[in-house]
Amino acid sequence: MQFFGGTSEVTLSPSVPSSIGTGPLGSNAYMLYLFNRNGVCLLYKEWHRPLKTLDSNQDQKLMFGLLFSLKSFTAKMDPTRVEKGNLGVPLLPGEGCSFHCFRTNTYKLSFMESPSGIKIILVTHPKSKDHRENLRYIYNLYVGNVVKNPLYVPGTAIKCELFNTSLDQYIQTSI
Amino acid sequence: MQNAELFTLTYGAIVRQLLTDLEDVDEVNKQLDQMGYNIGIRLIDEFLAKSNVSRCVNFKETAEVIAKVGFKMFLGITATVTNWDVDGSSCSLVLEDNPLVDFVELPDMCQGLYYCNVLSGVIRGALEMVSMKTEVTWVRDMLRGDDAYELRLKLLKQVPEEYPYKDDE
Repeated sequence: MQFFGGTSEVTLSPSVPSSIGTGPLGSNAYMLYLFNRNGVCLLYKEWHRPLKTLDSNQDQKLMFGLLFSLKSFTAKMDPTRVEKGNLGVPLLPGEGCSFHCFRTNTYKLSFMESPSGIKIILVTHPKSKDHRENLRYIYNLYVGNVVKNPLYVPGTAIKCELFNTSLDQYIQTSI
Repeated sequence: MQNAELFTLTYGAIVRQLLTDLEDVDEVNKQLDQMGYNIGIRLIDEFLAKSNVSRCVNFKETAEVIAKVGFKMFLGITATVTNWDVDGSSCSLVLEDNPLVDFVELPDMCQGLYYCNVLSGVIRGALEMVSMKTEVTWVRDMLRGDDAYELRLKLLKQVPEEYPYKDDE
């Protein structure tokens, strides 16, 4: 999926404005969100985000809402399946197809959802590669360091030091 | 499984302690189920991460996956799925082998105990996290003189995904 915006001239591939940079240490990662099924933002991290227009709570809700609607639209437009429900009617988790990324001229958003409703969203430089493997790895980090941590209460914001550092390290070296 | 005996003995010690603390077999059954539920709601993510299962919508497939992949992963055994009812909403998981009960014998005062009740709680908790509300009960229990272990799984309802924020603010 591509959105053309900003410039009036039509190009075949989205042009990247020169102002787009990379995060510290040359990492392509901009932001990462982790939501549970109830829309609680368990984790938000940013590495490169020069512009902020909303407060963080609104920003997170908007992101969750975007994915929620996009998922419902992509499933509805699926030309290959019969059972896709009606637009706006809630799907069962895991029902319908699902999208894994979209790209604009200024950023790329990669998305993964587990059947247990954990959503991981990674926003990166628009020219970065396919991140599905990375998202799976991050899910495994979450399972190993957060879910199995007896001090962590499910459904609350993640304040686990070990997870934070290993995630940071992984993002800096692999994205 | 590694340290299978340590695991079995630890579980036995927990059940024993609960019996001492709560002094009532029904309360112990309840407590074991609750403990299992708390484990299940976490265990599901580990299961999904390790097994690479990316969707579970169909209850029939899900039951098979629990029996063949889930039990194998966490207990080192497999179960058989049988006795489906007509509308496919309840089935039985039959365990021939059960590592939790090695060395166990139920004394007369504990006849009402569902010794492995933690398992039913785990399954209920894990399925709830993938939006399936279930009821899990023991039908047969070798500790009570039956010829196998049989868990009855009943799907009460599948909860559709909902937009979680009520207000627009």
